[in-house]
Amino acid sequence: MIRTPLRPLARVLEARAKGENPDAIERENIRLRHEQMQDRARSRAESRLLVLGLCFLCAYIVIGARMGFVASTEPMEPRAQAPGAQIAAQRADIVDRKGRILATNFETHALYAQPQQMIDREGAAEKLAEIFPDLDRERLLGQFTGSRKFVWVKRKISPEQKQAVHDLGEPGLLFGPREMRLYPNGRLAAHVLGGASFGKEGVSAAEVIGVAGVEKQFDQFLRDPGNGGKPLQLSLDLTIQAAAERVLRGGMRLLNAKGATSILMDVHTGEVISVVSLPDFDPNDRPRPPTEGEPADSPLFNRAVQGVYELGSTFKIFAAAQAVDLGLVTPDTIIDASGPMRIGGFPIGEFRQKNYGKMSVADVIVHSSNRGTGRMALEIGGERQKAFLEHLGMLDPTPFEIVEAAGGQPLYPDRWGELSTVTISYGHGISTTPMHLAAGYAAIANGGHYVSPTILRQTGPQYGPRVLSPRAADAASRMLRKVVTDGTASFARMPSYALGGKTGTADKPRPRGGGYYDDKVIATFASIFPADDPKYVLIVTLDEPAETSGDRPRRSAGWTAVPVAAEMIGRIAPLLGLRPQVEPLAPTGITLTSN
Amino acid sequence: MRTLMYMLTALAVIGLAFWAYRENYKTQAALDELQTLQRQIGQSHARLNMLRAEWAYLNRPDRLRELADINFDRLGLLPLRADQFGRVDEVAFPPPAPLPITDPVEVMNRGQSGETDP
Repeated sequence: MIRTPLRPLARVLEARAKGENPDAIERENIRLRHEQMQDRARSRAESRLLVLGLCFLCAYIVIGARMGFVASTEPMEPRAQAPGAQIAAQRADIVDRKGRILATNFETHALYAQPQQMIDREGAAEKLAEIFPDLDRERLLGQFTGSRKFVWVKRKISPEQKQAVHDLGEPGLLFGPREMRLYPNGRLAAHVLGGASFGKEGVSAAEVIGVAGVEKQFDQFLRDPGNGGKPLQLSLDLTIQAAAERVLRGGMRLLNAKGATSILMDVHTGEVISVVSLPDFDPNDRPRPPTEGEPADSPLFNRAVQGVYELGSTFKIFAAAQAVDLGLVTPDTIIDASGPMRIGGFPIGEFRQKNYGKMSVADVIVHSSNRGTGRMALEIGGERQKAFLEHLGMLDPTPFEIVEAAGGQPLYPDRWGELSTVTISYGHGISTTPMHLAAGYAAIANGGHYVSPTILRQTGPQYGPRVLSPRAADAASRMLRKVVTDGTASFARMPSYALGGKTGTADKPRPRGGGYYDDKVIATFASIFPADDPKYVLIVTLDEPAETSGDRPRRSAGWTAVPVAAEMIGRIAPLLGLRPQVEPLAPTGITLTSN
Repeated sequence: MRTLMYMLTALAVIGLAFWAYRENYKTQAALDELQTLQRQIGQSHARLNMLRAEWAYLNRPDRLRELADINFDRLGLLPLRADQFGRVDEVAFPPPAPLPITDPVEVMNRGQSGETDP
């Protein structure tokens, strides 16, 4: 580029010759040069702005196009995924204490129809009715020919049924994947597991929600994808549960009972190892709640945690244990159990109008004397008795972790007067569930600590607050053992296992008031075993049992609940790994297994 | 010198472009493989779930009890009872193995010359 000089010599000389100021030439040139520079700078800035604007335009177009693309395409899983963060879309399994499956998922399909895409509606309806005998041909045809654009035909179909529908070749019949909850053991532990059903349903997936039992109680946990498929481990033992159910079912049938329940609980951890309520149901095909009749007669009713009953004489041991704990008596103290005894004008009678006279505290329990227990309770006083039962959890629903347990609110009188004190001491006038009783006996068996019954697997002892001194708990355990060796529960004397327990026979109250039935009882046997170092509590309750081998039906717990409980312990104690205390008599039966 | 620089730069750009192209295709291939593998893992998981459910179903206590009843003649299985417990000292030790014969002396055929065992 040729630069024009600011003071061209020719023009300076010429100006000087004319007498003009040569500086004017220089200024003029400087001005011209500045103008040129300005023009250049402006055009350059303009072009830069243009380029920048173009860049922005391109960027906006790219971003806009990308946004539109992302918005309009189907969502897709990221293809490059780091392994490790496990996300399980499935509902978690439920397993027993040894990891055996109690509830799992099963992949199946749902069948739906889009009638506007169907070719042969009549044929399809007819053939579907052939494949699924429970569907009605006319109804299907009505649905297919009506104005509906979407029809659920069947919620769950098997692979064979799916293939059969597929073979129809009807384009309007479509399948959606479904997760189905499966309880492979059928009726086993039905009341604990509860059941599941579908919540919100879509074509490609459906929500599985729990409707009862642990399925409902732990619904959030089971559905949480963050658990990574970790199963819910219960404290139940599948084998023991199966054995207990079998024995109880047999006992219920033999004794003509209309219902039965049993609870086996670890006294140190509070784990419920088996809980049975009969009659039961199949959670795979959970029946609908009954709309008429007594809800307590429905198979859905869980007698172990919902059945609030007067459990009778099984409560006597609490009065005796508290009296020993307070130092009022020792097991050898002589108590006046003679009649007649009237409290507030109400006569306190004995079983079969017996009169025991004076006897020791241990004998009061062994022979199950109402008057003797009542007199001890009067010594203790109503307030202390109520506080003790409250500490044992007898006045609130159990903390057992299934939704039904909250419905087991015990019934007890608002005014805890002298009469109530006496009747409650022998288990009348207070209604609790068998689960409450199990927790109470566990406190006696483990040396005086309250343990709350739990359905979840625990790792060690879960002692709650102390409710009894070790001395009183030990004395109570010994008394329970004496009931079996020389008292009302003599049928529970077994050569192999030593157990202690207390029977209870309570007349059933008539519904809607009006006193008690003469011929309907709730027979209960609450036992602890092994007797010398109790580890387990077993409660067996039979609803309206009658033992008919004699001249007239026998209904007392000693004839009904005790033999069932003894049979059950004979079956489940070996499964619990307890060695029999008496050596087997036939060593010849042992065969050499090595070589 | 400058021309050489330009040429080298151009060559480097071409080389990098070629490398990026190849890497891109390799990544795509790896992603495809990953997807296939993940689908296989998913199918295996589903199958495993199915098999576990089937295992639980076939091992349900009701069925095992029925099978034990049906095959009682052959197996003789009964519920575990207290009288089936034994003590370790009731189990006899296995009979001691006979001492090994290291240097046998022939006594039966002694004196019968000419006859030897094969």
